[in-house]
Amino acid sequence: MPTKTIAISYEGEGSMIQRPDPEGFRQWNRKKNKRLVDKLMTDEEAIERFVKSGDYLGFELYGTVRCPMTLTRALVRSGKTDFRVAGQGVHELDMLLATDRIREIDFTYIGLEVYGVDSNVRRAVESGKVKNVVEWSNAAITWRFKAAAMGVPFIPAKSMLGTDTLRRSAAKVIECPFTGEKVCLIPALVLDVGFIHVSRADKHGNSQIDGISGFAFEMSRACKRLVVSAEEIIETDEIRAHPDRTIIPYYLVDSVVHAPYGSWPGEMAGYYERDEEHYKMYVEKQATAEGMAGYVQEWIFDLPNHKALLEKVGMDHLRGLNIRGDWL
Amino acid sequence: MSEKYSSSELLICLASRIMEDGTTAFIGTGIPMLAASLAQSMHAPNLVAVFEFGGTGAILEKLPLAVGDMRTFNKAVHASGICDIMETSQRGFIEYGFLGGAQIDMYGNLNSTAIGDVLHPKVRLPGSGGGNDVGSCCWRTIAVMPHDKRRFVQKIDFVTTPGYLTGPGAREEAGLPHGTGPYRVVTSLGVLGYDDKTKRMKLLSVNPGVTVEKVVENTGFDLLLEKEISHNPPPTDQELDILRTKIDPDGLYR
Repeated sequence: MPTKTIAISYEGEGSMIQRPDPEGFRQWNRKKNKRLVDKLMTDEEAIERFVKSGDYLGFELYGTVRCPMTLTRALVRSGKTDFRVAGQGVHELDMLLATDRIREIDFTYIGLEVYGVDSNVRRAVESGKVKNVVEWSNAAITWRFKAAAMGVPFIPAKSMLGTDTLRRSAAKVIECPFTGEKVCLIPALVLDVGFIHVSRADKHGNSQIDGISGFAFEMSRACKRLVVSAEEIIETDEIRAHPDRTIIPYYLVDSVVHAPYGSWPGEMAGYYERDEEHYKMYVEKQATAEGMAGYVQEWIFDLPNHKALLEKVGMDHLRGLNIRGDWL
Repeated sequence: MSEKYSSSELLICLASRIMEDGTTAFIGTGIPMLAASLAQSMHAPNLVAVFEFGGTGAILEKLPLAVGDMRTFNKAVHASGICDIMETSQRGFIEYGFLGGAQIDMYGNLNSTAIGDVLHPKVRLPGSGGGNDVGSCCWRTIAVMPHDKRRFVQKIDFVTTPGYLTGPGAREEAGLPHGTGPYRVVTSLGVLGYDDKTKRMKLLSVNPGVTVEKVVENTGFDLLLEKEISHNPPPTDQELDILRTKIDPDGLYR
């Protein structure tokens, strides 16, 4: 058989912040604990045990929607820093950008949606505090997780082709060996640590999510370590009664944190609405560096833990956001 | 009925009228969402709204504030995730895609990444998000934006989202799916389309009180003109009533 080579017709000039390594990931996954053990712990303990400075981090879902804010605040309080992140985010990345914890970003979208451009990302990127920014589209970054979840080094796609987004990415273009058309090769992305806020989990980490699942399915399978926070902790019997509801099985999970209102001030489908009053106040504060520093001091550093946050916000106020009866 | 509506309300009505019934539209937050909702109430009850983080076929009763919020799958037919939505678009199921940006050029390429050099940006913008994916794989994209010379420029600083790239054949040459691309630009001054042959932007119609000269003056590149440029009717009483009482009772977009 004659050998043929597939030519790379284009290479993005962005750097590969986290290299695909499916063989290494297989070895890692082989060693992951498959026993049903109790993984319940506090947010502080989860961050202390499973995150180290310099790690590559990812957060699900998006902006102010089912966003792991309790875990984010604990991460900021921990003082750990020098992170690399997959950057589809809004509220959680704001907290890390404002406290200078991010060194490099695989960037898809950081903005305030209907409220416009994000001042934190402007300050951090325009000043050069963030050392390296590599561009991707939302589909591309999610397919990077999907490739990792599939255990392969890349998957081909029809996004980013022909654009500066591709030029500033670390993707490559080849001609498909089957059809001859150009395809963009999206490299696998394995996170050192992923953070996902879910509706319900048992103490082992089996997790259910109400409503859209965003990219929880793919990202949870693309993490070396995964920290889950949950509105409710339920019995394993309930998980086993509805196994079709489990989107993240326990063996992917390293830590389970009970965090009611864990997406606050964001929303949680089936539980509570976004705290629009707080969020509007936040949007004003983040416009200036001083305002943002004050916000972070008041809402993160001045509070020792999640319980203190809930007390500061006030249970009456939080219940006012509920779209269902009390679950605490 | 003139001057009884805001500029946002006009954009919403113009975008709404473009969408046909019985098809699919990839919707972002803001004006496209209101336009899709209005279209559902007016002429397109079977318009399927698709939101990138997993909502398909929602009944758009309350305004979503984020592309993943629970209103994007209110009474929907499916709540899945971003891979499902992006893959559905990639295999040709999504007709319309809405886009926005800080800059647009004559081929409908859009910049939402940076003003100035992307490595040392004067203004770092929010980035592609799903914009590039919508512009790559939806059949027909509709950009909605204010119309002025700062936005409608000869050369955009960064091609975040593909329009017709450098002209005829460029999308196919780059590997993008055949038959896809920019369809309309709905602006504060009028509605624009693209010339079949040259793929360059072309003025189709002007908004109430706007002259062709004003559109040309506010465009930073050589704009093609349709032979007979029509006048967009202002929002009707019925459109305004639905918008104000049903879709946006809080007046966020008034």
